[in-house]
Amino acid sequence: MAAPRASRLNIHLQGWLLVLPAVVLLATFTHVPAVETVIDSFFSTPHGKRPAVYIGFDQYRTMLADPVFWLAFRNNLLYALITVPLAIALALLMALWVNGRIKGRAALRLAFFTPTILPMVAAANIWLFFYTPDYGLLNQIIRLFGFESVNWLGSPATALPALMAVTVWKEAGFFMIFFLAALQQVPPVLYEAARMENASSWLVFRRITWPLLMPTTLFVAVNALINAFRVVDQVIAMTGGGPNNATALLLFYIFQVAFSFWDSGYAAALSVVLLSTLAIIAFLQFFLLDRKIHYR
Amino acid sequence: MSDRSIRLISTAAVWLFALVWALPLLYAIWAAVHPSAFATHFNLAAPLTFENFTRAWTAAPFARYFLNTTLLVLGIMAAQFVICTLAAFALARWTFVGSGVLFALILVQLMVTPDVLILENYLTLKQMGLIDTLTGVGLPYVASAFGIFLLRQTFKSIPSELDDAARMEGASTLQTIWRVYLPLARPVYVAYGLVSVSYHWNNFLWPLIVTNSVETRPLTVGLQVFASVDQGIDWSVISAAALMTSAPLMIAFLLFQRAFIQSFLRAGIR
Repeated sequence: MAAPRASRLNIHLQGWLLVLPAVVLLATFTHVPAVETVIDSFFSTPHGKRPAVYIGFDQYRTMLADPVFWLAFRNNLLYALITVPLAIALALLMALWVNGRIKGRAALRLAFFTPTILPMVAAANIWLFFYTPDYGLLNQIIRLFGFESVNWLGSPATALPALMAVTVWKEAGFFMIFFLAALQQVPPVLYEAARMENASSWLVFRRITWPLLMPTTLFVAVNALINAFRVVDQVIAMTGGGPNNATALLLFYIFQVAFSFWDSGYAAALSVVLLSTLAIIAFLQFFLLDRKIHYR
Repeated sequence: MSDRSIRLISTAAVWLFALVWALPLLYAIWAAVHPSAFATHFNLAAPLTFENFTRAWTAAPFARYFLNTTLLVLGIMAAQFVICTLAAFALARWTFVGSGVLFALILVQLMVTPDVLILENYLTLKQMGLIDTLTGVGLPYVASAFGIFLLRQTFKSIPSELDDAARMEGASTLQTIWRVYLPLARPVYVAYGLVSVSYHWNNFLWPLIVTNSVETRPLTVGLQVFASVDQGIDWSVISAAALMTSAPLMIAFLLFQRAFIQSFLRAGIR
């Protein structure tokens, strides 16, 4: 039934009226600032009465010559490359355990999931205590095994892995519930068939469970990847980027340049790097998730 | 080895892993409920105390922080419900000029959340005179791409015959949304509400930048200020404060575990 002309016009109008508040807010806090960030990255930072002037790619040249930027970028890549697979692997293990016929499933699920409910800042303070030199629990435990006490957050070699541990601890339980839901969707017939064939449990996992979990794994991986490039709370709460920038990550460095050094031009250039990284992930997501190349 | 003993050993291993997993939290709970002297050495005879909580509560304006966070999360949720519902309805039911492009543009925010653009958003807020206000903390999150996406999917699954029927009876668009769509989508609103509340209860970077006084600071920022400035290193008190700030969500989670997990699943991304 074709709508009369007047009402079709009415739909365009009403449609825009309904989306208008959302559009205005989204434009104000997402699209306009994203574009402005790109523009600002080609200008100098205004100081007092001296306005910003166009300086072409100068901010980017500074960036390429800035060892802290490279360190933060490298740290962030490492952070993503280590925490994402680790959190996913642990999440999958947890889901498999909790999905099986194990005693005390409810308590296990609670132990795994609870960290995700905590605010990151609270978790960070709890872990600060856990990592405390000399008398923190972690050092007490390793001393039991005859090792020297370690200043986990104070030495450049261990500070970044120590932060990664917090991230994995907080995220694995969250991802677990997605795997758990996916596991419960697997048709039991498949497992019955496998049992008839006397397939080993590893074979069952590799040929049935894992392929069927693929869409979930990709979905979780993309989200974990996005999160890995937005990590900042635990850096602020636990190390302040130190020691000696060993735990500086991209968003933290942007925060520092923008709000401690008040160098807005340079912060804009750094933000462009972060935006581009997120855009690349979005692109990956588009090709990996939306092309539906699972079930192989 | 028999199947039975293999099963026993693997169960024990899983339990050990879970214990290790819970260790940081258990350690903080231990420290919080015992006098400072017992914070780092373990003695089953250590006396229980509630004093760390009262000391934290009186040492910093946590009551005010709780109020701020509560106002913030409820305010954001209410505003998100209204704004996202309107947009989601239009995008789910009508094809209007530019609606396709618009939806794609909205989804950009799933990646580029307001805290990625901290500097520009701070400057925008400053122009609006909203620095150090709760409105300023919440405003950038009110139009949530995630909420629009979630509600649009839900509305699309509602048979359109229902709203034709409502229109026959002379209901306007807003009345149709209110009478037909809201009741049918209620579980999704519950899910979205839980996700939104827990996200904003825990949000830190943006409120850290925008707020600079006790009257506006939410719990997360208050906790950070408390742990880094006000307090020496009395871990018992800091642990108590950390647990205290997480307590409402934790208790809600313990009570409504299934609802929480269902919500996170339904919502997928936060």
